[in-house]
Amino acid sequence: MSASEPAATRDPWAALRRTTQARIGLGRAGNSLPTRRVLEFATAHAAARDAVHEPLDVDRVAAEVADLGLGEPVLLTSRAETRGDYLRRPDWGRRPGSLEPLEGVEKGADVALVLADGLSSRAVTDHGAALLGALAEALEGRSLARPVVATQARVALGDHVGEALGVRFVLVVIGERPGLSVADSLGVYLTMHPRPGRADSERNCISNVHPPDGLSYAAAARVAAALVVGADELGRSGVDLKDTSGSELTA
Amino acid sequence: MPIRKQSVAGTTYAFDGLVEVMARATPLRSGDQLAGCAAETDAERAAAAWVLADLPLTTFLDEQVVPAEDDEVTRLILDRHDAEAFAAVSHLTVGDLRDHLLEVATTPDAAATYAALAPGLTPEMVAAVSKIMRNQDLVLVAGAAEVRAGFRTTIGLPGRIATRLQPNHPTDDAAGIAAATLDGLLMGCGDAVIGINPATDSPRTTSDLLRLLDDMRQRYEIPMQSCVLSHVTTTVDLIEQGAPVDLVFQSIAGTEGANRGFGVTVPMLLEANEAGRSLGRGTVGDNVFYLETGQGSALSADAHLGTGGKPVDQQTLETRAYGLARALEPLLINTVVGFIGPEYLYDGKQIIRAGLEDHFCGKLLGLPMGVDVCYTNHAEADSDDMDVLLTLLGVAGAAFVIAVPGADDVMLGYQSLSFHDALYVRQALGLRPAPEFEAWLAGLGMADADGRVLAVDLAASPLLGIASGAGS
Repeated sequence: MSASEPAATRDPWAALRRTTQARIGLGRAGNSLPTRRVLEFATAHAAARDAVHEPLDVDRVAAEVADLGLGEPVLLTSRAETRGDYLRRPDWGRRPGSLEPLEGVEKGADVALVLADGLSSRAVTDHGAALLGALAEALEGRSLARPVVATQARVALGDHVGEALGVRFVLVVIGERPGLSVADSLGVYLTMHPRPGRADSERNCISNVHPPDGLSYAAAARVAAALVVGADELGRSGVDLKDTSGSELTA
Repeated sequence: MPIRKQSVAGTTYAFDGLVEVMARATPLRSGDQLAGCAAETDAERAAAAWVLADLPLTTFLDEQVVPAEDDEVTRLILDRHDAEAFAAVSHLTVGDLRDHLLEVATTPDAAATYAALAPGLTPEMVAAVSKIMRNQDLVLVAGAAEVRAGFRTTIGLPGRIATRLQPNHPTDDAAGIAAATLDGLLMGCGDAVIGINPATDSPRTTSDLLRLLDDMRQRYEIPMQSCVLSHVTTTVDLIEQGAPVDLVFQSIAGTEGANRGFGVTVPMLLEANEAGRSLGRGTVGDNVFYLETGQGSALSADAHLGTGGKPVDQQTLETRAYGLARALEPLLINTVVGFIGPEYLYDGKQIIRAGLEDHFCGKLLGLPMGVDVCYTNHAEADSDDMDVLLTLLGVAGAAFVIAVPGADDVMLGYQSLSFHDALYVRQALGLRPAPEFEAWLAGLGMADADGRVLAVDLAASPLLGIASGAGS
């Protein structure tokens, strides 16, 4: 690339950049951003937009989930049929288009795992199956329902799934809104006694799962398992339940 | 209001009440569709605009979009309405008011005429007229209006545009915040405020950040005000503990219920204003409040229903927040226009329209109105859309805009304007920084005689110590 970075030794901003991820000391072309910086920004934005808009490769993800040995995944879609509908109507993304695919699935397990595209299909493609595997391992000893892969889905869709499957806990693993520097981050939402109408304050969230830079699969799964134990003792999930797994929130 | 009917293209549309007319007449936006109050078709929207244009302004004094008995914001708006100021336009309809405002814009004393009228207009009247104004109308009238406020710099002077320097950091790291602040100051930003959104609302962190900025201000004799955007109760407690509080921050909305969601009431805000003023830290003025708003905040708090239990459109509710803001005489108020996401403002077109509406409505109501020109990665918007909105706001005489390093807020995870964008709009439109700040820049050799910010070598800058000192 012709617009090359000046050598770090000649750039007095180098030391300051170690203190923040913010885009400081970008230089100037007149009053404007230099070409290199404009292209860097546009590239980051493009990656974030693609992460939002590229449809989830359901076949590929479902095959990876099936390989975990937790049972053949059940495929669901929300009431939002297009990405445009999904973005405009969060209420549609919270409701399943149909629960028919869950008919005949064995009910009454302890925990249901739902893998949802959310706002980043890329996060689900890159990390979804691996995180599900880590969660299943950390939850060893608890019965798991057949896993669900849901598209155009928001967190509260898990409430419908959880109720239909008659589980005590639902864990929704979902693609988080992409930022300019991270477009592949997953979140995990725990809800005890899931049923439609649960408030966000009745859930617990583990955010920023995207190794190697963010939280690792194992660390996220440990926290999730500890939250399940804690919710069991407390009798509910949500704001009253604190993560007691210690200082494990490091990658 | 009786049911009003209007025919467009062979179909007759009926509108039941003021809330419905206002909502249906609003230019298309996703938040009103989500609330279920938007016009179903473009023809219905056009029909509603005709009905709205024909409404006498007195309708808004007789009929409330949010009932006074349910809502303290409505009561505040009605209590503070100035009938004498209203007399100048009391015979007009909404459509007449648009014509009147545009006529006034051509006169030499337009700014004084608008200022005299402001206390006579309710937020609902202003929202109504904005709905039947084109973007160019919103620019012309706002451009002819003037609103000034002051603390250590003067905000809102003609021919100037100020900036909030927003040096946020995901862990409130002092060295990181200082580095971003230095970057902004070197680019001539920070004359509206240096304002940090803290990652946590802990009083200790807020206090530490306030001291970081206040030490910087005193050491380099910067004519500036600082703000850490904690909850108003945190700031008031810190005032009592002697922390160096310049501005008192709070997010506000247009209904009592939405404000309750923010944990504030009208009396609480009025008291906080007095607490901030009691410190007497301003030098050129005593406006101490910094307020943020944004269309959609009431809906997202499920506090958007009005008369008859009907959903009120988000732009009318936003303008009601300005009615509350007026009572607080802020130094700064900005709509965070594209932050809330595509379910409220879907794309660049909707964000640009909303930004111009909010700026116009706030300024006409007498507020030193700024805009956070911004978007998220799941909205159909990009830097080009922000360039358009920034340019329009520059022409419309916005008091200030928000600026972050490289347009990327690494704490809040959205894109605002960059420091370079601030230099762009000043260059393109011949706008200058706030005068006190410009004089400081010039004194350090950082700006020329025309207020243009010069490129400086970091290593040779007298401000270099800002960053090197913060980590120690």
